[in-house]
Amino acid sequence: MTAFFQRLSNDRNLLGLLFMLPAAVILLVFLTYPLGLGTYLGFTDAKIGRGGQWIGIENFVFLWGDEVTRLALFNTLFYTVVASVIKFALGLWLALLLNKHLPFKAFVRAIVLLPFIVPTALSALAFWWIYDAQFSIISWTLTRLGLIHGYIDFLGEPWMARFSTIAANIWRGVPFVAICLLAGLQTISPSFYEAASLDGATDWQQFRFVTLPMLTPIIAVVMTFSVLFTFTDFQLIYVLTRGGPLNATHLMATLSFQRAIPGGSLGEGAAIATAMVPFLLAAILFSYFGLQRRAWQQGGDDK
Amino acid sequence: MNEASAAAATDSQGMTYLVSLPRRVVTIYLPLAVFLFVLLFPFYWMVITAFKPNEELLSREGNPFWVIHPTFAHIKKLLFDTAYPEWLWNTILISVVSTVLSLVCSVLAAYAIERLRFRAARYVGMSIFLAYLVPPSILFIPLAAIIYQLQLFDTRLALILTYPTFLIPFCTWLLMGYFRTIPFELEECALIDGASRWQILVKIVLPLAVPGLISAGIFAFTLSWNEFIYALTFISSSEVKTVPVGVVTELVEGDVYHWGSLMAGALLGSLPVAILYSFFVEHYVSGMTGAVKE
Repeated sequence: MTAFFQRLSNDRNLLGLLFMLPAAVILLVFLTYPLGLGTYLGFTDAKIGRGGQWIGIENFVFLWGDEVTRLALFNTLFYTVVASVIKFALGLWLALLLNKHLPFKAFVRAIVLLPFIVPTALSALAFWWIYDAQFSIISWTLTRLGLIHGYIDFLGEPWMARFSTIAANIWRGVPFVAICLLAGLQTISPSFYEAASLDGATDWQQFRFVTLPMLTPIIAVVMTFSVLFTFTDFQLIYVLTRGGPLNATHLMATLSFQRAIPGGSLGEGAAIATAMVPFLLAAILFSYFGLQRRAWQQGGDDK
Repeated sequence: MNEASAAAATDSQGMTYLVSLPRRVVTIYLPLAVFLFVLLFPFYWMVITAFKPNEELLSREGNPFWVIHPTFAHIKKLLFDTAYPEWLWNTILISVVSTVLSLVCSVLAAYAIERLRFRAARYVGMSIFLAYLVPPSILFIPLAAIIYQLQLFDTRLALILTYPTFLIPFCTWLLMGYFRTIPFELEECALIDGASRWQILVKIVLPLAVPGLISAGIFAFTLSWNEFIYALTFISSSEVKTVPVGVVTELVEGDVYHWGSLMAGALLGSLPVAILYSFFVEHYVSGMTGAVKE
């Protein structure tokens, strides 16, 4: 018996396996297996509490012809592209501002991140109240300023609802982008800027030829995560609109929830979720390789 | 502030002292003030609404940005007339247990990948990173089926066991980075002195990785506190719900929205993570940026 333990404690492979065991069991049972099961369910007509029959690509054929699903796909792409672009622009701007010499810098940086750490479902409730059709504070202020005459129905009209939910998503996402990019900015040595300005570079040129190239690798990673979070967003839409009005704000995630859990068609919901995977892979590959390659072309190193 | 003292104060700040004050106000302070206003306004609005009596909430007269007769009625209603205290307890219990469970698994896994260097360690490390990228929105349907089969539906255990699916990849990835910074020599010394791998992990590596453990722990705790889609899917009885799900599904009744108690619920549910965060800002930020930077 002691010989066994002796052998165990000297064998890296056995010991490694032993140390990996708890994490591996949880991840295999609750992550890898569900991933496979989800794909399988997408090809069945499973309902809640009852295993389904294999029906091939029937779900996908149905979903392709389904107006609501097509609309959800459009909404998801629109939501992701618009929100990500604005989050990147505002996040980079905020990061540049925070990187300046400021009074109470640490404090300001700490409170900037608040929207990101507070539960999304709860901050979305605050937005719901801010967007309320009758008592919206935004409408109240704008009316008092004489800019509009009637109250705005933020979540009641399709395009208005789309932009309102995007605004709430941006509000939550900007701090994440800004703080991560700020961490990247702080690694750039001030001597680069001194050298550039001695060579007569303007502020814009310093940003374009020093900051941006040095920041590219971290932008790639941050935006990959940001796109991933946005594309699979669920909470915000669920709380603000539940997909309405007229399915105008349904995302793939909320639609798959609606079809699978309240609707009971696990198979159909799983098919919608599975249909998200190629888009996610494409987004990851695009932002990761697209931006990463530029980093080494310009002589930056990967790590 | 005159130019000379500004120059002295900002010695380490490159050439920013050359920028005049009015210009700084327009290009830096003003935009920053707007950013802060927009980012913080929803919280201000949450607080104001939570203490506003219903008459003031529903009137269009007066100044809505302030509260004239603050009231605790909404918070009292929340704590005594709803299941809110139970949700709070569930959230604490589930977050703490799943965080601790994930930390234990992650420490072992990260140490094995980074330091034991077993045969497939590199590939396991890569797959941990890939696991981190799998979003809950594509997992919740098959997980619901599994939870149902395991007869865990509508129990706290369902959440305690599923939250580690996003916590373990994150914590492991973060801890791998921390373990990498601990010099090999320390471990070699201990090995020569006859320490076992377990002793090395507990007595040498872990004490040195305490900042990493705190970062991972804080981050994991807030992630599980904020989790929504699993809790919404796997739980149906009020007494096992978590705060975010409870507030969203049970406090919204019919067409009349009780904004006061809704906002009070949102506020009380946000405060614990906000307070925890305020104590560990540096750890939290280094955890978040560390995971991105790797």
